Amino acid sequence: MTATLLIEQLLNGLQFGTMLFLMAAGLTLVFGVMGLINLAHGSLYMVGAFAAATAAAATGNFLFALVAALAAAALAGALMEMLVLRRLYRRDHLDQVLATFALILIFSEGTRWVFGSFPLYLDVPKALAGTVRIGSLSYPAYRLAIIVIGVTTAIGLWALINRTRLGVQIRAGEADREMIAALGIDIARLYTIVFALGAALAGLAGALIGPIQSVQVGMGEPVLIMAFVVVVIGGIGSIKGALAGAILVGVTDTLGRFLLPVLLGTVMEPSAATAVGSALASMSIYILMALILVWRPTGLMGS
Amino acid sequence: MTRESLLNIAVLAGFLAVAIIASLSGQPYLVTLATKAVILGLAGVGLNLALGYGGLVSFGHAAFFGIGGYAAGILASAAQNYEPLMTWPMELAGTTSMPIIWATAVIAAGLIALPIGALSLRTGGVHFIMITLAFAQMIYYFAISWPAYGGEDGLSIYVRNSLGALDTMDPLTFFLIAFALLLLVLALTFMATRARFGLALAMARQNPLRLTSMGVRPFRVRLAAFVLSAMAVALAGALYADLNRFVSPSMLSWQISGELIVLVILGGVGRPLGPVIGAAIFVLLEAWLGHLTDYWQLPLGLVLLLVVLFARGGVIGLLTGRNANA
Repeated sequence: MTATLLIEQLLNGLQFGTMLFLMAAGLTLVFGVMGLINLAHGSLYMVGAFAAATAAAATGNFLFALVAALAAAALAGALMEMLVLRRLYRRDHLDQVLATFALILIFSEGTRWVFGSFPLYLDVPKALAGTVRIGSLSYPAYRLAIIVIGVTTAIGLWALINRTRLGVQIRAGEADREMIAALGIDIARLYTIVFALGAALAGLAGALIGPIQSVQVGMGEPVLIMAFVVVVIGGIGSIKGALAGAILVGVTDTLGRFLLPVLLGTVMEPSAATAVGSALASMSIYILMALILVWRPTGLMGS
Repeated sequence: MTRESLLNIAVLAGFLAVAIIASLSGQPYLVTLATKAVILGLAGVGLNLALGYGGLVSFGHAAFFGIGGYAAGILASAAQNYEPLMTWPMELAGTTSMPIIWATAVIAAGLIALPIGALSLRTGGVHFIMITLAFAQMIYYFAISWPAYGGEDGLSIYVRNSLGALDTMDPLTFFLIAFALLLLVLALTFMATRARFGLALAMARQNPLRLTSMGVRPFRVRLAAFVLSAMAVALAGALYADLNRFVSPSMLSWQISGELIVLVILGGVGRPLGPVIGAAIFVLLEAWLGHLTDYWQLPLGLVLLLVVLFARGGVIGLLTGRNANA
């Protein structure tokens, strides 16, 4: 095991973390502002990936694919909010879980109906197909680009929420929805915008991951569950918490898969170490979440 | 007698009638379908204890369903392959006896639910939903990556496990076994919800502060409900593994947790027979829609959505027009 290999894994963890952040940011916004638990957030990720794959196949242009993913996911999110979810804000979490579970079935089966069961593939854009040399390590440029896009988005989101009029309204909606309605702000419209924003971020994540994994029905749910872990670790409603949680989960998961079998190999025979190590590694982020919740029941930055 | 209890009796009698008539007219497929509904109903009754009566929205009960299934699978495959279950600290052999398998499933799930519940109940609301999901995922990934019990491929049970001299491979016999267990668990939960425990649980849901002032700690009541609920779900899991003669990590997957919640809400939360009716409707919808189209989950999703949006109180609420009194 060399330092180069460790740095490569660390970067992979960071790339996974920024991806998770894009998913978790929308979830935590919707939790925080509307008090809604949305299981169908993974479907928006899938919509983004499928839109990107279709647009890329039609035009061959990756930038155009990204725009299509953002637009399709935002549109799907806005429709989802206006047709279904806005009736659920005042219901208990149980109704929200069931309704959004039903939405997963509808989106997944609908997508399978339109696109079939075979996965689609999305190529890495030509400009980013090579590798970048960092010291003695050559790292895929595309993965580095994902990290850059993720960090840029995080900064943009921070600026949007802390420096713009819409951000003030979002924060006010989180604190006291009656009050901002009384101040003449159209709450229904604000909620739709917040939801579409979260959906667009999920769509962006789906489109970005397209060239790394295959684009297929059901791709959203594993990521959704990890994004939930991120949101709970970070503290529900906190964007900063989502960022911290996403990096923590991304790095823990990636390094765990890499290091645990090696570490256990020093005390066990190799085949047992691989088995135990990979079992422990796939459980690691859930163990991390349980530990953090026992230590701080509202998450790292929750109130 | 209220309309709801009449409906309850009619539903149970209906189950029995469907299975017997289907068996007599030579349609084992229908008997199996009814058995599936009874087993899922049993799991739903278990979940309802935590979810409906206790107000604990667990999104991780697939863990206990799967633990029950694996208890059946591991014990049976060890016995069928003539391999010892373990050799250290003492040698234990597997078994194909249903009562021992049920007891193992129930006890194992109870022992695992105890720490999971104790940790999860430190939180509430959305956190509780998420942390129960996380624990279930933990067990799911463990089952996938642990090679000893089939890993991702699962375990087959070649011949259905045995109960005395009964021919458990006969669909109607197996249906009756599952049905008898459902009745037993229904009676137990009915008694539990009427007893001091059930009243304390209802108060822990409605007004924990008041319960505390009466000298009862809500945490302990909730934990007991969580553990009992897990045990009932594990019993259903053991039966489900026997029904399919197969157990795999998919029994532990979060979709199962979601489906169990669906059963409970479809029938009506906090009603004794709600989950059984929910399971019957779910299994029927699945079979009927699956017959009509390959994309049956799409209409199923639409039906569920309509139930949540417009039929609060579930199907029983629609039929009897009364709020749940639990």
